Amino acid sequence: MAKHEVTFPVTDPQEILKLRAGDEVTVQGHIIGIRDRTQIRIFDEGVEPPMDLRGAFLLHTAPNVRKVAEGRYEKICIGTTTSARMVRFTEPLGAQYGVRAICGKGGFPDEAIEPMQRLGMVYFAIVGGAAALETTQIEEIEEVAWEELMPECLWKFRVKDFGPLTVGIDAHGGSLYRDVQAAAREKLKELYARL
Amino acid sequence: MSIDLTTDLQQAVEDAAAHLYVWALKDIPQDLRDALGAARERETSVPGRRVLETIHRNVSIADEQKNLVCQDTGIAVYTCRVGEHFPLHPARIYESLRDGTARATLEHPLRSNAVHTITRENTGPNVGHRLPIVHWEFVPDWDGLDVKCVPKGSGSENMSFLKMCVPADGVKGIKQFVLESIVGAGGKPCPPGIVGVGIGGSADYAMYLAKEAIARPVGTRNPDPIVAELEDELYGLLNETGIGPMGLGGDVTVLQCHIEHADTHMTLNPVAVNYQCWAARRASAHIGADGSVDYDREF
Repeated sequence: MAKHEVTFPVTDPQEILKLRAGDEVTVQGHIIGIRDRTQIRIFDEGVEPPMDLRGAFLLHTAPNVRKVAEGRYEKICIGTTTSARMVRFTEPLGAQYGVRAICGKGGFPDEAIEPMQRLGMVYFAIVGGAAALETTQIEEIEEVAWEELMPECLWKFRVKDFGPLTVGIDAHGGSLYRDVQAAAREKLKELYARL
Repeated sequence: MSIDLTTDLQQAVEDAAAHLYVWALKDIPQDLRDALGAARERETSVPGRRVLETIHRNVSIADEQKNLVCQDTGIAVYTCRVGEHFPLHPARIYESLRDGTARATLEHPLRSNAVHTITRENTGPNVGHRLPIVHWEFVPDWDGLDVKCVPKGSGSENMSFLKMCVPADGVKGIKQFVLESIVGAGGKPCPPGIVGVGIGGSADYAMYLAKEAIARPVGTRNPDPIVAELEDELYGLLNETGIGPMGLGGDVTVLQCHIEHADTHMTLNPVAVNYQCWAARRASAHIGADGSVDYDREF
């Protein structure tokens, strides 16, 4: 299980292909905050996102913020939400917008494995609930779009040493979640026999 | 005179609710810190250790910076134990809890999560129709009020499960359902947390009991020895599943399993599972009949 540092947005696909399920990753650069309603607007309502998502790292979040001026927000507490609710957006995010990484907590179901492999994407597992730490790693909220969806807007954050993240699903068909579930299902058979 | 007392008490309960909500979100209880520390000691998987190490760093940073442990300010759930002679009626206690929740949300400010369940429009500063949620218990021959605030995050609440087992399923059916639920939940409810199980009663009451169970101090045992034995057994079994911290695989899947029970109908065997994430936030206060507030009281 190797350790990597990756700067987003990425331009070289190799930056994603070098990552394997279980590896530890620290992220630098810019990341985009996105959530249920943001993606419903893009894909179900067909509204073009006003930010460039090519090579992007998306974070499943809805931050606690303080408004300081028109269109300007200061962070209070920024954490990560459960990803599984948003799995159906994986394929179009990669195919239509060139997103390279999706980060959230709790993992994606197995239906994300194939599109991530085909499109060269990864899923990063963050520690859910560890928002106090995550907030210190977000240096600034640089942009916000669709403020009317507050707090489920489209956010652009500048980050420093964001992590540690664990590669949950890689671009080679590997998934920690699938493996852990398969092992747990086997174990359950043994446990049930003991009851 | 009586009007003044009521107003003062109403204000005292509102102040307590506002303080408890923010306190719970920032400063997790010592018993939980101890349980997370023990988990960090015994975890052997690499991703699992990484998760528990990060949790430890996060709790320290929340302490230092007086920030929220987790960004999900949840839905505010209160448990009230109201003494028979406490001079404020529960109808007014409820108003005060609602006003305190709203005030804390606006003043801090905290993220407001409350929406209409169909339109999904925000309904106010973490208040709305039937929000916050209050569990009531009434105590004879007493003039005090205990209030416990449990901000309940949605990631773990979404991993709630109910099964109406039949009597022929027995206790084995209960155990299988709890195991199946926690394996199925995987990393989504932010493990390792507290598995609350409600058994007996009726469908709705079993889930109510499961929520009571997650709000207990970590590792406390049901006073009924038969139920306590089941808590020990399930705790051990759940940690053999290998789901691990944040579902990434490992030795520590749950910090504890708490069970609350009620007697039930001879043909019923309900089992409800309510999950509380590792950031199992809760804070309590005792309010005296004279309006004095003691924030150190745990129940």
